[in-house]
Amino acid sequence: MLTILFDGIAYGMLLFVLACGLSITLGLMNFVNLAHGAFAMAGGYVTVILMNRYGVSFYLCLPAAFVATALIGAALEVTLYRRLYRASHLDQVLFSIGLVFMAIAAADYFMGGQQQLINLPDELRGRFDVFGIGIGRSRLFVIVICAILAVALQLALTRTRFGSQLRAAVDDGRVARGLGINVSTIFVLTFALGSGLAGLGGALGADMLGLDPNFPLKFLIYFMIVVTVGGTSSITGPFIAALLLGIADVAGKYYLPQAGAFIIYAVMILVLILRPNGLFTREGGR
Amino acid sequence: MITRRHLIASAAALAMLSAAGTAMAADTVKIGLILPMTGPFASTGRQVEAGVRAYMALNGDTAGGKKIEIVLRDDAGTADQTRRIAQELVVNDKVSMLVGFGLTPLAMAVAPVLNQAKVPAIITSATTSAIMSKSDYFVRTSMAGPQSAVPVATWAAKNGLKRVVTLVTDYGPGYDIEKGFTDQFKKDGGQIVEAVRVPLQNPDFAPFLQRVRDAKPDAVFVFVPAGVGSLFMKQFVDRGLADAGIKLIATGDVTDDDLLGAIGDPALGVITGHFYSAAHDSPENKAFVKQVKEAAKIRPNFMAVGGYDAMHLAYAALAKTNGDTDGTKLIAAMKGMEWTSPRGPISIDPATRDIVQDIYIRKVEKKDGELYNVEFDTFKKVHDPFVAK
Repeated sequence: MLTILFDGIAYGMLLFVLACGLSITLGLMNFVNLAHGAFAMAGGYVTVILMNRYGVSFYLCLPAAFVATALIGAALEVTLYRRLYRASHLDQVLFSIGLVFMAIAAADYFMGGQQQLINLPDELRGRFDVFGIGIGRSRLFVIVICAILAVALQLALTRTRFGSQLRAAVDDGRVARGLGINVSTIFVLTFALGSGLAGLGGALGADMLGLDPNFPLKFLIYFMIVVTVGGTSSITGPFIAALLLGIADVAGKYYLPQAGAFIIYAVMILVLILRPNGLFTREGGR
Repeated sequence: MITRRHLIASAAALAMLSAAGTAMAADTVKIGLILPMTGPFASTGRQVEAGVRAYMALNGDTAGGKKIEIVLRDDAGTADQTRRIAQELVVNDKVSMLVGFGLTPLAMAVAPVLNQAKVPAIITSATTSAIMSKSDYFVRTSMAGPQSAVPVATWAAKNGLKRVVTLVTDYGPGYDIEKGFTDQFKKDGGQIVEAVRVPLQNPDFAPFLQRVRDAKPDAVFVFVPAGVGSLFMKQFVDRGLADAGIKLIATGDVTDDDLLGAIGDPALGVITGHFYSAAHDSPENKAFVKQVKEAAKIRPNFMAVGGYDAMHLAYAALAKTNGDTDGTKLIAAMKGMEWTSPRGPISIDPATRDIVQDIYIRKVEKKDGELYNVEFDTFKKVHDPFVAK
């Protein structure tokens, strides 16, 4: 019972890291970026290549995946995404889904269509028991990293100067610019941060979720559910949503294996009936 | 703008093409090879192609007095494309036989084309029982339904495994295999504690494995598609199921030769039942493995051997008809054909056009620093358990 709860939390935390970048771009910058999963996949492949071809330690691969995808994100923001902030949502959707297909084809071409496997360091393998609860080491590692990230993100967005500048730039770009805030720099940094987090999630999840070129499409639904259920308020919403969905998904599959795959959708429908704007909404957002 | 010179040039080119076309029609036989060469099932395509090419490299490119030409097309694993390509190959390229089909739905989609055009199709990979009834022009060299699962059930019952949980992927071949295993295992006096089905698009095995663990069976019988198998193996070990005394028995898809190296040591000791292992000890297999390793730089798996035997069947049928490419005659020639494949002795059942073959029980062991499925028990001449009864 508690083991299931533990697995659900680990899964939910992973979903959160994967999806929180999307909730930043969608929730804060109001940009529908369906290509978010492609960044996660890029992070996963960076890890696979570094570990399997160059023998780099898993712990170093995580920051490397973050940095590499953040750089890719920044480059794409400056060259492509920037032009579409004012475009209609349909244009944004078409553009980003196009990017997804390009990413899938590229991954397929360079890395092949098969599942990529990484071998975690020995200390992250296996499991141990605490008061009868079986705890997988790699899952515990995921939970710890993700919890630290969640707290850090929440503080960064609400307590730092950068956070308030970001919120100002999003709520009213013209006034923010008038106050001397460099809005485009802020957006590049935010976008890079969101992409980097996705990349980190992809790296962390490579062992648990697997990695193949269809990753961006396979998890697109999950990202969207987390963001819709969580609502577009800062970070708390998606965090709670991700945990809720992770636990519901794992528990559903454990207790009702026949219907397990649908539980996550039932939870989404239920939440959206009760709270059409998601669990947490933000006043004054665009 | 079209100038007169262009016109003359293209007319000349056309004339040459049609001349070449008629010349070909006389003494070449085209075989259409439809495989998923891109997309999630690309490894299937790669393996089958390697098997086909290996056969041609070892046995030459003439059969029944005709030169064999392969036309390889990629369907990316989507059924509507498979059907469109099959149509194009039959109508435009005038192929005499079709070979390939990575998955059950892909093979099913082609059945109407075969029935209309009376063109034989040799299935190298798809395994569900239901395919064969869709067209009288299907012949199969991969595996017939749960052929590999039934001997595993017998073996498990004989070796003291009494309580078993089955865990299969929630799609056609999964049901076939679950049923095949369950029926046989119950008949042999075993007990199925629980039957778990895992969604095809499943990111995480954790909840299902935990359920298996809490049921405390003697063993868990697993069927998952080859690619996911490696992920499954890792989580199986991580969750400590092996330490809890739960044995893993499976069909050979989980310990696919192509992936065994990547799965690594967690796979050691896993018992599987299947029709082919790259470690099969026979001169035919040694030549086959050597050829594929040299030409394609991969270790052949059960998909590759399916492609190899499909080509053997095509060659042998053409030899029997003396090069006659009439579809109905070719099918008649294929029925009852017997030969020694790299996997061992196999034959085509004249009644069902399906493959009859030996199923081996194997254990993953380390040989020369690499992991192999080492065969230690054989079930002779296994038929499709659903049809044979």
